[in-house]
Amino acid sequence: MRSLVRDTSFDFMSHYKVAVMISGFLIVASVLAIGFRGLSLGVDFTGGYTIEVGYEEAPDLNVIRTALAVADLPDSQVQTFGASTEVLIRMAPKEGFTGASVSTEVLRVLGEASESEVTMRRVEFVGPQVGEELREKGGLAVLAALFGIVAYIWFRFEKKFSVGSVLALVHDVVITVGFFALFQVEFDLTILAAILAVIGYSLNDTIVVFDRIRENFISMRSGTPAEVMNQSVNQTLSRTVITSMTTLLVLISLFVFGGQIIHGFALALIIGVVVGTYSSIFVASIAVLRLGISKEDLMPVEKEGAELDSTP
Amino acid sequence: MTNTNPLWKTLLLAAIAIVGVLFALPNIFGSDPAVQVSGRTDPLTPIEVSQFDLTLSKAGFENVEIRIDEGRFLALFASEDDQIRARDVLADSLDPNRFITSLNLVDASPEWLRNIAAPMYLGLDLRGGVHFLMEVDMQTALTSAEERFVPDWKRRVRGEGIRGTSIQYRNGEISARFKDEANRDLMLPILRRDVFSLDFDTSEDDEYAYITANLTEIAAVEEQRSALQQNIVTLRNRINELGVSEPVIQQQGVDRIVVQLPGVQDTGRAKDIIGATATLEYRLVSLGGNGKAYTQRYDGSTVMLDRDIIVTGDQIKGASSGIDQQSGSAAVFVNLDSAGARRMQEVTQDNVGNLMAVVYIENRIDSVEVDGEIIKKVTKIEEVINTATINDVLSHRFQTTGLGLNEATDLALLLRAGALKAPVQIVEERTVGPSLGKDNIRQGFLSAVVGLALVVVFMGFYYRTFGVIAGLALVTNVVLIVAVLGVLGATLTLPGIAGIVLTTGMAVDANVLIFERIREELKAGGSVQAALSAGYDKAFVTIADANITTLIAAVVLFSMGTGPIKGFAITLCIGILTSMFTAIFGTRVLVNALFGGKRLQTLPI
Repeated sequence: MRSLVRDTSFDFMSHYKVAVMISGFLIVASVLAIGFRGLSLGVDFTGGYTIEVGYEEAPDLNVIRTALAVADLPDSQVQTFGASTEVLIRMAPKEGFTGASVSTEVLRVLGEASESEVTMRRVEFVGPQVGEELREKGGLAVLAALFGIVAYIWFRFEKKFSVGSVLALVHDVVITVGFFALFQVEFDLTILAAILAVIGYSLNDTIVVFDRIRENFISMRSGTPAEVMNQSVNQTLSRTVITSMTTLLVLISLFVFGGQIIHGFALALIIGVVVGTYSSIFVASIAVLRLGISKEDLMPVEKEGAELDSTP
Repeated sequence: MTNTNPLWKTLLLAAIAIVGVLFALPNIFGSDPAVQVSGRTDPLTPIEVSQFDLTLSKAGFENVEIRIDEGRFLALFASEDDQIRARDVLADSLDPNRFITSLNLVDASPEWLRNIAAPMYLGLDLRGGVHFLMEVDMQTALTSAEERFVPDWKRRVRGEGIRGTSIQYRNGEISARFKDEANRDLMLPILRRDVFSLDFDTSEDDEYAYITANLTEIAAVEEQRSALQQNIVTLRNRINELGVSEPVIQQQGVDRIVVQLPGVQDTGRAKDIIGATATLEYRLVSLGGNGKAYTQRYDGSTVMLDRDIIVTGDQIKGASSGIDQQSGSAAVFVNLDSAGARRMQEVTQDNVGNLMAVVYIENRIDSVEVDGEIIKKVTKIEEVINTATINDVLSHRFQTTGLGLNEATDLALLLRAGALKAPVQIVEERTVGPSLGKDNIRQGFLSAVVGLALVVVFMGFYYRTFGVIAGLALVTNVVLIVAVLGVLGATLTLPGIAGIVLTTGMAVDANVLIFERIREELKAGGSVQAALSAGYDKAFVTIADANITTLIAAVVLFSMGTGPIKGFAITLCIGILTSMFTAIFGTRVLVNALFGGKRLQTLPI
C-alpha cells in the first residue's frame, strides 16, 4: 500500500485560531485588492474590442501603435499575446463607430503598416449594452449557484452544515477573485465559468468531509464534537490530498499545454482548487464546530407527525 | 458478500463500452474540406450532378470523392488549396441564379460508419468562423408600421369627398387635421375600422379638429414579432447568397438574432451584406416643384420628387446585376411582382416624356454614448442615383443604372434576398481565424491527453491494480463523453475541452473515495471480500452528494451561459453523469471479476 498520508491524527479543531488568522488575512487582502485595484475586466463585461493578429516575424509594437493612432481609431492598448509574433489589441467602445466595423478597419490599417502578411486570429466585439447584461447575468449566476447549493445541503444535511459550506464557498470565491484583482489578470467570461466550477469543486470536497462527520457523529458512542470532527477530517485527509492532486495534475496540463486563451481559466481553477481544499478542512468544518454542532443535530429525525396522526 | 457479477452486469458494461467506442469513432477520422453545390430552388438532378463531376475532371481533379447528400452535391478534397481551386472552377462554370456554390467541411469517416454515428460538431473557436449577435431596431419597425396607414387614410378621406384635410405622420403618431369638427366626426367611424390595430384620440384647437392614432399594444407586439421573423428570413436568404454552408440563424430574446457562420474568413463582406438595409424606390420627378427634396448622387444637386412612391423595394421579386449594353456602365436588372408591375405600368403610361427618379435608401445605426447613456441613432441615407425620361411604358422588367459595379452586385443580392423589415445593428461579434482554430484544437487535444496520461500513471502507481482499473474507467469515461456529445449533436468548444479535462481530474475522485474506504476497512481488520463490498457501499452516498452539487453549478452555468461557456457546462454535466457510471459501476464489475469471491489475504490496492 503506497501512502502519501499515513494514519494521521492532527488536532485540526484546536488550531482554529491559526486558520482564522490565515483566512482572515487572505480575505482582507482580497477585499482590499478588489476595492482599491479593482478587477481588470475583459471586453466581455466592459464592452469594446479585442483583436488578435498573427505576424510571420515578431513585429515592432511601436510601429503598430503609431499606425493605429494615426488612423483615427479609438484609443488602443497593444501587447504581445503568448508568442512574440502574436499581438493583442484592445480598444474601448467609442462614439461614432458603427458596431463591428472597427475590427475590419484595424485589420486594414495593420495590413498596410506591415511588410509581411498579417493574419486575423480572433476578433471580439461586445457592445456596451451587451457587456452590461453579461456583467449582470454573471453576478446572478454566481448567486443562483450558491443558493441552489445551500438549499441542497440544507435538505441533505442540516442548517449548520449549510452555513459552514457557504462560508467556505464565499471564502474561496473572494480569494480567487482577489487574486485576479491583485495581479490584474484579465477577468472575462471564461474566468467566471471557472469560478462557478470552483464553487462546484470546493463543495465536492466539503461534502466528503461533512459526510464523514455525519457518519461518525451517528456511529461513535463517545467523544466530544471536536474529537469526532478531528477524527473525520483525519480519516478523509488522504482522499482529500489525492483528489486535489489529480485535479491539479490535469489543471497544470491545461495551463501549460492548453494555449494562451485558456490560461486565465486554468489559473482560476488552480487557485480555486488549492483554496477550496484548504477551506473544506479549515473553514467549513471549523465553522460547523463553532456553530455548536452536536450529536442531536444529526440523529435521524423522529417522525413526530406520524405519532400524532395515529392518536385519535 | 461474494462480490460476483451477475451476467447481465458484465454484458451491460461490455455493450456500453462497445457502443461508446463505435459512436466516438467518427471523431478519429475527422473532416475533409469539400465544395458543396446546391440548387437555389430545386434539388439537383442526376444530369446536373454528372455535369459538375465532368467539370471537375476537366479541370484536372482526379479521383475526387463525390457524395450526394440531401439534394446537395459534395466533392471532397485532400487539401484546402484543392478545395478553393475547385470552388473557383465550379463557381465560374455555374449559373449563379440557379446554383449556390460554397465551401464546407464534411465527415471523412467511411460510409458504413457515417450511417451509424456522427462526429462532434466543432464550435466556431475550433473550426474558425464568425458569430454575430444582432439587435433589431424595433422603434423603426413600429414607426414604419404606423406610417403605412397614412396613404390608406388619405384614400379614405378622398373617397368621402372631404376637402381641406392634411394627413401625415408626425411626432410619433398618425395625425389627421380637419377643417372643422363636423368633418372630423364624419371621418372618425370610417377610420375606426382599424380599431383592432390602432388606438384613436381626438382633439381640437382654435382652427382645426384632429384625429390621432397609434398602434395598440397588441398590434405593436405582433408587429415586433413579425419584424423579427421577417428579418430572420431575410438574413437566411442573404447568407445563402453568400454561399456559407451550415449557418446558424436563431432568435434570442424578443429583439435579437444570433448568426453563426462557420468557416467564413472575409468578415468585412459578411458584415456588409448581413447588416445592409439598402433598397430602391421609384418616384416621379415633381412637375410643380413642390414635393420632397433629394440629393443627387453624381453632382450633389437637389431635385424635387413626388411624395407618392411608384414602387418600393418590397415589390421587387428578382434582381441581377450586369452591364448596361448601351452605356457600358453597371446596371441592376429588376423584376417586379404583379402589383408593382401594374402600378408601374399605370404611372408610366400617364407620364411618358416626364422624368422618373431612382432613390437609393440605406439605414445606418450608430450607438452613441451621451452622458453615460447609450443611445441608438438611426441615420437614413436617401439619394437619387439616377433620373431618366420615361420613353416607354414600363411594366415588370427593367434596368437601373447609376451605381458602381460592386454596389450593383451587392444591391442585386440584397433585392433578391428581400429587405430587412427593420434595421439591425451588430452588438456582439466573435470571430476566430482558421489558424487560431487549428491551434486551439491542437493545444486542447494535447492538454487533454497529457492530463489524462498523468492521472492514469499516478493512479496506477498509487493504487496499483486498482489504480489501473480506475485508469481504464477514466479512459472509457472520455470515450463516452465524446460519444454522447456526438449523439446529442452538441457543439465542442475550447472551454468544452477544458470541461473534459477538468472532469478527468474530478471523475477519479469517486475511485479515490472507494479505494480509500476499502483501505480503511482492510486496516480495521475486515476480510478482503467484506472490505470490497463495504468500500463501494459506503462511498456511494458521498459520491452522489458530491456530484449532485457540482451538477447544480454546471446546470446554472448552462442556463446563464452564452456560446463557449455553454460548451463547458455541457461537457461538465455529461462528464459527471458518465463518470458515475464508469467509476462506480464499471470499476465494480472489473474488481469483482478479478478479486470477487476469492479467498484472498490482501488486495493490490
